Amino acid sequence: MRRPLLHKLAAAFGAAALLAVAPAAPVRAAGEAPPLPDTRFSFEGLFGTFDRASAQRGLQVYMEVCANCHSLRQLSYRNLTGIGLSDAQVRAIAATVQVQDGPNDEGQMFERPGRPSDRFRRPFPNDAAARAANNGALPPDLSVIVKARAGGADYIYALLTGYADPPAGVEVMEGMHYNRYFPGNQIAMAPPLNDGQVTFHDGTRATVDQMARDVTTFLAWAAEPELEERRALGVKVVLFLTILGGLVYAVKRKVWAEVH
Amino acid sequence: MASGLHQSDFKNPVVRWIDARLPVFTMMEKEYGTFPTPRNFNYLWNFGALAMVTLLIMIATGIFLAMNYTPHVNHAFDSVERIMRDVNYGWLLRYVHANGASMFFIVVYVHIWRGLYYGSYKAPRELLWMLGVVIFLLMMATAFMGYVLPWGQMSFWGATVITNLFSAIPLVGDSIVTWLWGGFSVDNPTLNRFFSLHYLLPFVIVGVVFLHVAALHITGSNNPLGIDPKGPQDTVPFHPYYTVKDSVGLVAYFVVFAVLVFFFPNLLGHPDNYIPANPLVTPPHIVPEWYFLPYYAILRAVPNKLGGVVLMFSSILILFVLPWLDTSPVRSMRFRPIARIALLLWTVAFFVLMWCGSQPPEGIAVVLARIGTAYYFAYFLVILPLLGRLERTLPLPESISRPVLRGGGPLPAGAAVKPMEKA
Repeated sequence: MRRPLLHKLAAAFGAAALLAVAPAAPVRAAGEAPPLPDTRFSFEGLFGTFDRASAQRGLQVYMEVCANCHSLRQLSYRNLTGIGLSDAQVRAIAATVQVQDGPNDEGQMFERPGRPSDRFRRPFPNDAAARAANNGALPPDLSVIVKARAGGADYIYALLTGYADPPAGVEVMEGMHYNRYFPGNQIAMAPPLNDGQVTFHDGTRATVDQMARDVTTFLAWAAEPELEERRALGVKVVLFLTILGGLVYAVKRKVWAEVH
Repeated sequence: MASGLHQSDFKNPVVRWIDARLPVFTMMEKEYGTFPTPRNFNYLWNFGALAMVTLLIMIATGIFLAMNYTPHVNHAFDSVERIMRDVNYGWLLRYVHANGASMFFIVVYVHIWRGLYYGSYKAPRELLWMLGVVIFLLMMATAFMGYVLPWGQMSFWGATVITNLFSAIPLVGDSIVTWLWGGFSVDNPTLNRFFSLHYLLPFVIVGVVFLHVAALHITGSNNPLGIDPKGPQDTVPFHPYYTVKDSVGLVAYFVVFAVLVFFFPNLLGHPDNYIPANPLVTPPHIVPEWYFLPYYAILRAVPNKLGGVVLMFSSILILFVLPWLDTSPVRSMRFRPIARIALLLWTVAFFVLMWCGSQPPEGIAVVLARIGTAYYFAYFLVILPLLGRLERTLPLPESISRPVLRGGGPLPAGAAVKPMEKA
């Protein structure tokens, strides 16, 4: 009678060890941001995948809006085949930007159209230039932004749609903007999205909500391009281990049968 | 057989030839084949093997990560992202390694807890236990330095906070910190040496694990009853009985590991570590990895810096003298009704401290951290020494085989004899 108790305890200890760490995850400054709205994204859940059309629209939002200030330095244009673009489309997208190359035979740097192997072009040559152009604030690189913020994709979507007039009595500093979800509520980034700001190739209406959702999907893919492959492999691994576990347990029972 | 050669019993001529000159096969057969092991292990006895396997996984993945990692402040973060994106299955290597650290600590915490519950630290296993504590300390150092390598915000600020602890040492503290850093702040020299040591220490751990296992094979394993085997009827050969039982635990463990790696790879990490290190921006709330949180809570429970540092290190070092603090001759808590409750409360205190460590040091978290810290130490320094004298323990069973066998009757013929045929 003591044994089963201990077995349960052992299991509980393991589970508790995992659960106890949940609060270890990000702690937001006290009493500031309201709870994030629970946005339904295609890539959520154990088996979610990236909505390719949404991610492609998100790429368009990034290229036409965000890329004016935010870099995406960990990604190359060639990676875009991951959201369902063809090689020709990727080449065409890369060619729309001018990138610096060199030095050439004369020792000079020169500009040329982008190639799929190029990294996403950075809007500013360095952080100081980025700050100088943005009122002293540094627009963060967006490559892993979804992994780098508590709340992940939900937070990015909430931030993009969270601009509002400040409540009575809240003083917003010069050059800052009120945002319900930004820690401290005062963000240097002006509301980036306005209805109809981009014209989607697929005819989808470009509402703020739609653009925020699409660019969040794109950025979630940018942060975890391996996500679909990872989960697909995970399913196989867990299935394999489950079957193996059954077999090993059967062997164990047989081996121990004569002792018990 | 020529004189000076080992008398080998192996039939295979190649194995026999080698074994006669270097009896590794005989050793393996003795230590992992016929090694007499108490027959009554429960699944908590899997965790030593699980820890061994995890160590090997960490070394294997780490070697391949090191091939693609650049220990330089300007390139470390990007090289890790390159591993995630451009190295074939690099994301798998890195996620296995990062989550492997967490799994390693879960396994080792259970392993240590099992030692605490069943009195595995008591005579004659004191040195075995102390070697285990050495492994634990080495693991902590290795994990800490490994967390610095991706050079994210938590890497940098965690390194800054932890190395700064040494500045609490009177007189020479600041010099020691400069010496640890290789400069006047956490910077490139710090990253370089942490990388070097992070690669070195796991192999030191392998060495101490070897001693740990060697010591284990002198005293033999403890068991859930905490009484010594009285003869062959109380033991079974390690193979196949415990090789197969460890395999069951190992597969179950891999399922948990795989779910973490493939479906929740960042659950135990901190989002701030995906922000490149920036010495000019301090994160609002610096927290260590989850497995350090209880000690972090103890550190912050004391209003005095030196006091906190001393208490934090003492919380681990006290394990070295545990074999002498616990004065009870009874090993297993199954027969210690009061000590058992005290240990379960200690376990609760450990988790409470873990929670406190994750919270900003204010309000209820500080109060709970102080209570938790007080109980953590009281268990070792007051409760165990006193209980050894005061506690009325339950009667111990006569032998291992009696309570294990159904009906408790004499051994059925053949049950214990058959396994010996393996030899």
